[in-house]
Amino acid sequence: MFAIIDYGMGNLRSVEKALETLGAEVTVTSDPNVVRMADGVILPGVGAFGDAMENLREAGLIPVIRDVVAAGTPFLGICLGMQLLFTTSDEHALFEGLNLLKGHVRMFQGDFKIPHIGWNDLTLRREHPMLNGVADGDYVYWVHSLVVEPTDPAVVLATTDYYGDVPGIVGLGNVCGIQFHPEKSSRVGLQLLGNFVNIVTAAKEGVNA
Amino acid sequence: MLTKRIIPCFDIKNGRVVKNVSFLTNERDAGDPVELAKIYEEQGADELVLLDITATDENRGTLLDIVRRTADQVFIPFTVGGGVSQVDHFREILKAGADKVAINTAAVKTPQLITDAAKRFGTQCVVVSIDGKWDDGLQDWIVVIHAGKKPTELRVIEWAKEVERLGAGEILLTSFDQDGQKSGFDVELTRRVGEAVKIPVIASGGAGEMSHFYDVFTEGKADAGLAASIFHFKETTVTEVKKYLKERGVAIR
Repeated sequence: MFAIIDYGMGNLRSVEKALETLGAEVTVTSDPNVVRMADGVILPGVGAFGDAMENLREAGLIPVIRDVVAAGTPFLGICLGMQLLFTTSDEHALFEGLNLLKGHVRMFQGDFKIPHIGWNDLTLRREHPMLNGVADGDYVYWVHSLVVEPTDPAVVLATTDYYGDVPGIVGLGNVCGIQFHPEKSSRVGLQLLGNFVNIVTAAKEGVNA
Repeated sequence: MLTKRIIPCFDIKNGRVVKNVSFLTNERDAGDPVELAKIYEEQGADELVLLDITATDENRGTLLDIVRRTADQVFIPFTVGGGVSQVDHFREILKAGADKVAINTAAVKTPQLITDAAKRFGTQCVVVSIDGKWDDGLQDWIVVIHAGKKPTELRVIEWAKEVERLGAGEILLTSFDQDGQKSGFDVELTRRVGEAVKIPVIASGGAGEMSHFYDVFTEGKADAGLAASIFHFKETTVTEVKKYLKERGVAIR
């Protein structure tokens, strides 16, 4: 079972439906016990970084997230959910994130259009099961004003170019993050979510074997 | 490279797609919005806009049902607008699965709504629709509201800057002069607004042939081009428009 964490930050329905289209069994939940039981956990979300951390804290979800990640459960952050994986963010003020990946999240700055909205293409930086069936130049849909700066560049699996390299997919151990919206990226997006489903299935079989 | 977006737009009335010409009443039924949305995704549409032109409290349920069904079956982003006047409407529409919400008249009447919605849901989902009309006396574009029926004191370019300051994530700019005329987007208006703000500008109103998209992306510097009837009545397809633009060097998915 996949748990999509509902913590009051935006559109969860599309992620849920995309996973269901891929044949996954999905529960949208804010119940820490349900999250703890899940074979794979997804942290989606759009909105403000500070509010998101506050909502996670109030719902008692932060310790559970740390526990499932420590237990090796595959964990995927999407958009704001990916940004929350990092150490700190300076959106409006300095906020602390989940610190599951080391790095800082900062606002785009420069004389160009912000947010970065639209379809932009991926450059693959590493080999990883998340990238199966995805090719250099595949287009995906982005909407964001914040960009992550991982301390260790090796966690960056794919980037796009928007006035510089923008990390699009990150991964370290059982933790992955996608900055763009796979649930809104048509075929390529469904391929990526399908890859996560496969990672979860493989991890579960590994545990049961 | 970030690509230019092609966005089919549906006007929805009682759960069906209609197309108004210059916001008048010459309507033709182009079908079920969800079926149409699926076809457009297959054709390579980058995004969709669904506008409820009869938005009232009574039929809000019908619209939300369409939003849910679209979100369940279509995996590209879509914006929903029409009759949105409260933060609560944003919440309902986003919860039903839309990615963005467009506001028009309500933004003019209550600019604070832009800021409130942006704070609550993020700027990325707040699309402010601006309907502009050329005023010969003022030699400038003015903002019109209530589907073009009512002129305001606002100048389009000033209002665009203001909505950006208030927290809008995108501007959906419709030329009321060009809308339904099929003689091309208002390239000059689009360029002027695009130069005045840093948020993306979606050009709307007047697309009648493929070259109009080329003009508004190159000379007009639009980030996206929106059209309705040119696609609904199969005069051309999204696929054809994108192929045409790609061959001419426009960045297209």
